[in-house]
Amino acid sequence: MTEFTFWVIITLTIISAGTVVLSNQLIYSAMALLSTLFGVAGIYVFLWADFIAGVQVLVYIGGILILIIFGIMLTNRISSVRLSQTNVQQGVGGAVAIWLCILMSLVISKTPWFQADASEPVGTVAEVGTLLLTKYLLPFEAISLLLLGALIGAAVLSRKEN
Amino acid sequence: MDNIFINYSLFILFLPLAAFVIQIFFGKKLPRQGDWVSIGAISITLILAIAMFVGMLLDYNPDFRQEASFTWLDMGAFSIQLGFLVDNITIIMLLVVALISTCTHVFSLKYLKGDIRYSRYFAYLGLFTFSMNGIVLANNLISMYMSWELVGVSSYLLIGHWFEKESAANAAKKAFLTNRVGDIGFFIGIMLIYTAIGSFTFTDIFEGVAGGVLAGTTLTLAGVGLFLGAMGKSSQFPLHIWLPDAMEGPTPVSALMHAATMVAAGVYLTIRIFPILSPDALLVVAYVGGFTALFAATIAITQNDIKKVLAYSTVSQLGYMILAVGTGVYTAAFFHLLTHAMFKANLFYGSGSVIHSMHHALHEKNDHETDAQDMRNMGGFKEKMPITYWSMLASTLAIAGVPLFSGFLSKDAILAGSLSFAQHHPEHFLLPVFGFGAAAITAFYMFRMMFMTFHGKPKMPELIDDIHESPKEMAGPLVLLGTLSVAIWYTLPHLNPISTHGSWFTTLVHPVTAVVPGNLTAHAIEEGAHHAHNLAMGISIGVAALGIGLAVLMYLKNIISPETWGKRAGFMYDWSLNKYYFDENYDKYLYQPTLRLAKKIAWIDWELYDKYFINGFGHVTNWASRVTGKFDYNIIDQFLVDGVGRIADNLGFMLKKIQTGKLQNYLLYVTAGVIILMIIQSF
Amino acid sequence: MNDLNTYLLVAAILFSFGVFGVMTRRNGIAVLMGVELILNAANINFVAFSRFGGMNFDGHIFALLVIVLAAAEAAVALAIIINIYNNMNTINIDEASSMKE
Repeated sequence: MTEFTFWVIITLTIISAGTVVLSNQLIYSAMALLSTLFGVAGIYVFLWADFIAGVQVLVYIGGILILIIFGIMLTNRISSVRLSQTNVQQGVGGAVAIWLCILMSLVISKTPWFQADASEPVGTVAEVGTLLLTKYLLPFEAISLLLLGALIGAAVLSRKEN
Repeated sequence: MDNIFINYSLFILFLPLAAFVIQIFFGKKLPRQGDWVSIGAISITLILAIAMFVGMLLDYNPDFRQEASFTWLDMGAFSIQLGFLVDNITIIMLLVVALISTCTHVFSLKYLKGDIRYSRYFAYLGLFTFSMNGIVLANNLISMYMSWELVGVSSYLLIGHWFEKESAANAAKKAFLTNRVGDIGFFIGIMLIYTAIGSFTFTDIFEGVAGGVLAGTTLTLAGVGLFLGAMGKSSQFPLHIWLPDAMEGPTPVSALMHAATMVAAGVYLTIRIFPILSPDALLVVAYVGGFTALFAATIAITQNDIKKVLAYSTVSQLGYMILAVGTGVYTAAFFHLLTHAMFKANLFYGSGSVIHSMHHALHEKNDHETDAQDMRNMGGFKEKMPITYWSMLASTLAIAGVPLFSGFLSKDAILAGSLSFAQHHPEHFLLPVFGFGAAAITAFYMFRMMFMTFHGKPKMPELIDDIHESPKEMAGPLVLLGTLSVAIWYTLPHLNPISTHGSWFTTLVHPVTAVVPGNLTAHAIEEGAHHAHNLAMGISIGVAALGIGLAVLMYLKNIISPETWGKRAGFMYDWSLNKYYFDENYDKYLYQPTLRLAKKIAWIDWELYDKYFINGFGHVTNWASRVTGKFDYNIIDQFLVDGVGRIADNLGFMLKKIQTGKLQNYLLYVTAGVIILMIIQSF
Repeated sequence: MNDLNTYLLVAAILFSFGVFGVMTRRNGIAVLMGVELILNAANINFVAFSRFGGMNFDGHIFALLVIVLAAAEAAVALAIIINIYNNMNTINIDEASSMKE
């Protein structure tokens, strides 16, 4: 049962990702992105990263995707539901992307990864929180500075010229 | 006494040259145009010559001889020695040249007063004196040849003194070119001698011929070659054509060059080379001389220009001298050269005086048409120009061979020699005929000249009042030379006026036996001449009387009319008057064909060679340069040089397209590059 | 499910899709979506290694930080895109090509 779910989620994710980049309709892409992000969250759960899965859904889907949809709405003349766009240089780009995938797969399959089987933890929240404030305090603070900068930058960038 | 003569000779040689140089460069700026420079130089020369002459008389040595040589050119195997030779003959010649030259300089002071090229004239006189002394003092054929040419140049310059007159310029050219023809023979003779003997010096040549190195036909040819030079310079037949034309020059120049000295240079050369003339060469010499003597005399009888009469007379007298050398009595030739210098120069000065007077008289009457030199315009000048008359009379008596005058003695010696030669070689009887015939005719035409000019009624009476005696600078030489035409000077220390036996001349100028084996010895020649002497004297007096008598009858007493006899003579008169049409025939048969040939050759060179051959080079070069130019432009320029530029251009244009400005393109390239790198790495 | 390679492979596929999207999409926001896909693929890698490779939750921290960064970047990118839209009236990134030769 778990195995089956696992493969369903994998498939869902991949198909959604394909739709994101191949669809002509922007809204379809956005919705496909939504399902992709959900799929990724599901993969996180299978990887025993429950906290990260939660953050993914909250921040990515709840924040970023909403932002993207806002952007779509704001930057297109809404005359109809269908917002179409076409792709450029699909042929060569597709070939390059496929090649990239093949190469990476080869590398992955041929590399002898170090594998250590860990035990399933109870929950990861406590551990992640502790790490954030001890070992990774500096990056944490840096990230918060970065966020501040991004906030100010976004605000500055989007105000109207007088 | 040893080197004094050589030292004096050096001064005598180079003082006139210094005068020439000074006059040429500075003459015009000096006061009186520098004639005092030339007069000063020539006077010092005369004093030195007189000193040498006195020294010779004091020494009284017939075998006196001094020689000095120096190496001019030394190239190891080939060297040329030049030098000076001073013996009795040289000293006498130097005196003659110095004396006549001084007289000419003084005479010219008045004759050429106010002339437009006054200083240049005196310069050229100095050059001439230098060259003439060069000939006299030479001890070898090469320096004599060099001075010979210089004398020719001086003659050209002086004859053509008034070169704006076309006839004078032509006469100068004619004199020079005719001399050149003779000089070709001279040079061939010199070279024949040199190849056989290897030296140019007289002493070496005489030794060589005595030793038999040069003999037979070659010796005769050499002798004739050298004599050709003498023929040109002394105006013998057939190269006599230049001397009458040379009368275009000023009269003092005629006196100096064409009476006394330059033309005598030929005789001097012949005298110097006498020892090496073979009997055949001597015969050639004798016949040329004798024929010229008679032939020139026959032309002189009809001439009306006073200077032309004197010119032909000079040619005739020179013929006498050459005849004397040919018959063996070369000392007599030299004697006649000496006396002839005195009286002929005097005659020229006299004629110059007359012409000067005529010019003056015609100028007074503003008559510029009448010829001042034509004797038919003269007559009755005797009372008006006494000094000129008496001095010319003395010289005329001398040239006619009247006893008590110098010419009688010298002519007599020559005629005796020719008579003796004919006595020993009866087949050559013509030679004395030439000699005595010329003597008769000479006497005739000289007195004709005197009577036409000075006696009778004046042909142009309106002029006679303006005729007057010449100034003292012109009269001085006349008096001096007239005095020297008297016999007494030449017979000293004996006083017998009709015999030169024992005189200073015959003692000091001593004949030398020829070195050619087979020639008569000097002694034999002398003996023969001595025996024929009295006979010759008798015949010559008779012949002179005949000539003078005929002249008196025709021109003084006017009993026989010259015009009728002239018409009766018909073609002979015509030929005589037109000098046997020599110049015209030379022109028709020599000059014109040569000019035509020259024109033809010039045509070949100009039309064929220049146009096709030389210009052809130009055309080929032109064509080649055009082809190269096209190649350079089309292929190299357009194709290669510009091509590189075009390639760079196109390449840039193509590569430009990569820069699309689109971000996604760049990303594509990057990713593709990464993939390719990874593929490569995996291999 | 317990194989590292699977997860890595999934991540590789997602990554390729993301690169394809960035390279070929004309719309600026679509490009942004491609970038999000790439970031997510990297996150899966981190977490997978954290589970299988003995990283003990370090991977989780990394993934967390990446998510935060993605959020910040999305905000700024959208601000820029809106600016471009306001200035050029289009967000067709082909037309923002003033760097073209």
